[in-house]
Amino acid sequence: MSSDMRVVIVGASLAGLRAADELRRLGFDGPLTIVGDEPYEPYDRPPLSKAVLLGIMPPEHATLPARTDLDAKWRLGVPATALDLEDNRVVLGDGDSVPFDKVLLTTGVRARPWPKPEESDLDGVFTVRTLDDSRRLDERLSAGPGHVLVIGAGFTGSEIASVCRERGLSVTVTERGPAPLVGALGGVVAAVAADMQRDHGVDLRCGITVARLEGDGQGRLRRAHLSDGTALDVDVAVVAQGSIRNTEWLAGSGLAAGPRGVACDAGCRAFDLNGLVTDNVFVAGDIARQPHPLYDYQLIALEHWGNAIGQAEVAAHNMIHEGLHRRPHLDIPAFWSSQFEVNIKSVGIPTYSDQVVVSQGSVEERRFVAAYGFRGRLTAAVAFNHGRWLDFYRGLIESAAAFPPDFAVMDRTDPWEVRSSELPDPAILSHGPTVSVTGHLPTERHVEFVSAPK
Amino acid sequence: MMDVKLVVDLNRCQGYAQCVFLAPHVFTLHGEESLLYDAGPDDGERERVSQAAAACPVQAITTDIRPQSHEQ
Amino acid sequence: MSRAQLLERITDQSNRANPYPLYEELRETPAALQDNGSYLVGRYYDVAALLHDPRISSDLHNRRAGMPGADRADNGGPAFIRLDPPEHDRLRRLTTRQFGPPHMPGRVDSMRGELADLVSTLVDNLEGKDRIDLVDDFAYPFPVSVICRLLGVPREEEPRFHVWADALVASIEPTRDSDSDAKMKAAQQAQMEMGMFMAGLIEERRKNPGDDMLSGLAADHHDGGLDTLELVTNSIMLFIAGHETTVNLITNGMLTLLRNPDELDRLKRHPELMPLAVEELLRFEPPVHLVPQRTPIVDVEVGGVTVPKGSPIVLALASANRDPERFTAPDRFVPDRADNQHLGLGSGIHSCFGAPLARLEGQMALNELIRRLPNPRLVEDPPPYRPNPVLRGPRHLMVDCG
Repeated sequence: MSSDMRVVIVGASLAGLRAADELRRLGFDGPLTIVGDEPYEPYDRPPLSKAVLLGIMPPEHATLPARTDLDAKWRLGVPATALDLEDNRVVLGDGDSVPFDKVLLTTGVRARPWPKPEESDLDGVFTVRTLDDSRRLDERLSAGPGHVLVIGAGFTGSEIASVCRERGLSVTVTERGPAPLVGALGGVVAAVAADMQRDHGVDLRCGITVARLEGDGQGRLRRAHLSDGTALDVDVAVVAQGSIRNTEWLAGSGLAAGPRGVACDAGCRAFDLNGLVTDNVFVAGDIARQPHPLYDYQLIALEHWGNAIGQAEVAAHNMIHEGLHRRPHLDIPAFWSSQFEVNIKSVGIPTYSDQVVVSQGSVEERRFVAAYGFRGRLTAAVAFNHGRWLDFYRGLIESAAAFPPDFAVMDRTDPWEVRSSELPDPAILSHGPTVSVTGHLPTERHVEFVSAPK
Repeated sequence: MMDVKLVVDLNRCQGYAQCVFLAPHVFTLHGEESLLYDAGPDDGERERVSQAAAACPVQAITTDIRPQSHEQ
Repeated sequence: MSRAQLLERITDQSNRANPYPLYEELRETPAALQDNGSYLVGRYYDVAALLHDPRISSDLHNRRAGMPGADRADNGGPAFIRLDPPEHDRLRRLTTRQFGPPHMPGRVDSMRGELADLVSTLVDNLEGKDRIDLVDDFAYPFPVSVICRLLGVPREEEPRFHVWADALVASIEPTRDSDSDAKMKAAQQAQMEMGMFMAGLIEERRKNPGDDMLSGLAADHHDGGLDTLELVTNSIMLFIAGHETTVNLITNGMLTLLRNPDELDRLKRHPELMPLAVEELLRFEPPVHLVPQRTPIVDVEVGGVTVPKGSPIVLALASANRDPERFTAPDRFVPDRADNQHLGLGSGIHSCFGAPLARLEGQMALNELIRRLPNPRLVEDPPPYRPNPVLRGPRHLMVDCG
């Protein structure tokens, strides 16, 4: 299709690249500009906490492939600082601005830094979100530090702890919640994750926070002081306390954008502050808060790789289609993690649950599927080294099957023991939730109101 | 020649490991089911990566290797 | 004719050359109850879902008494193809340790040179002949040599194995006919004789280990290892599977290419397309047409049809692969088809164990054949087919050259 329509994509990572790729694949041949604050071509982030740190690939290999010739104008190494919807232009950090007819916002998240700047500036304190982060941490781990501290046992923190053990490094993990991954998987399954860590020699300390990071006077990290009054000598501290959505630049744009993301409809069209849907502003990836019919149409933001891809493709499609030809993004959420040689896969939203049952396999062998339910409906399933069964559970989730499951399966734990899924209040976790449900998580007792940007 | 670029959709991946069998220097199984890989192997792996991508039973491997277009 | 006779018609030798119209008929319904009590399933999404369904057993012990196959539950010993988790998983995992990742990731890749030599020698032998039988002269001896080498079965013993393998394969059938009991007896006899031979071979490998799979399996005590019965049963299963399916892949492949000369010509000029073309062959003319031994352990619903617990379910992989709901222009052979998530090698926990080897063998064999056979032409189309409806392929494929 021959087009004069100017498309600008703000955010040059997975969602931005895939949207550009999909636009071209669908035949869009108009001018396309991609803005990114990092100096690199779009790269893949999951390897940064796994394959890169294990030496399986150098960080620069993480560059993502495109399936098409993008023929795009790249504005890399410069952040977008404002979105002007009066004049339909994106204002850049270098003072330049890029006009558009349609814009896609894919600015994603950044790592939540250690809150005290004088401590986070110490040499030896790391976060892992970007290619540069991963490169620096890899160099430091290769130098053979005496002891590594990982602060926060979400997926990133747990994966880094796993890498450290595999590299033979001694590592302590602190987690304010009762277990690793508990915020994503609930207490029953998180207990398995805790066992995995301890079996692999991780010094795991739950219910503990880090009160203070201490330098050696030369600007190097030397010691961590914990909330229980003890101290640890450490050379490396990896801060893995979740992320912050990159939405500040949208303040004043008139969009419904805030710390929880940018609200949009099922077709990735952004809402404005008055709850009206825009027709030329689209959102995809970690910053998108989108209603999902399986979860009572709550606005959900998902920091999942597959979500970025799915929304990017829907957004691209809807940017160049009108009316009834537009598509909704209805994928069942899914994610994976690789740690301690176990493949953890999830479909649905395990946090959207009140009960859980180990439906197949053996927890002791760490080969099992756990099915999650909420008020009598199956809402999620998590597999540890049992991924081939998840398509079945995806089908059950899609068809709103009953929970607990009312049928027999092969290799079942007999009898099924239905337990509380033990979801903690997200407020108590060290690691931020990777799924943020606006409104009510089953266990969430309050809703936080944020003042709207003026 | 340029390095190959690839990415695997690990939500789709079910650990059939066809890619590991066919290109063992690029893909590796970590434990029984976790797939890790070098996303930018050098050009010498191009043929094996093509075979791996073609063989993936769940079509989870995307590369920047362009297949031969249809001829007239 | 009624849908209740579909399985019988698919099994009928006169439909072997072209069962696809029957599959089209099958896809009109999600699950077709057959006169013998089996349910035949042929739509892509239904077959794919059942292959991933933890309520569907591969163990014939779960068949209701009187149902086809129920009397065969104890035949053949504990081959993992006929077991459910967790036993299946344990045996397959232990067997995989001698074949592939994570324990031996480079094994198949390291066979590339050997495979290329075998292919090239076999094609050397075809040179100068005006007429060849692609099955006997090439498609059979090639994978057989490979599986003998891989397992550690002496190549000179192959003729004996051939007879046993034929008897065992003949007994894999989704319906019964007047010969079924005789075929069953012959299969049991073959299983016993082959088992005794295999047990001797394993004993020998224990004493003088080589770099083959049998030696590895016999020496591996990881996780308790395989006991002798498990070892014998599973190595027989691997031998048969490695024997019979790749023959069909190569023969069906050559037949399809000879029927599509433009595509043959394109592949000849672009051998790098062969990996995609082999996937398309696995979709278009899969070596295994039916999965006959699944049984639900509870009542399951297939597209609105309730299949009662204990009923035989026959999954028609070859039908699923031609489902227009999943594949555009499914009856066309498109060597570089995109989005080709076929079920030609199954899916789920029982997906083909030897898949990577079959793929490489198919790619190398077909590339070498089309590169070197001068002006190949089919002598008869359709060729004569082997009687087996499950492992479907030509018995002979006569090709004129030069």
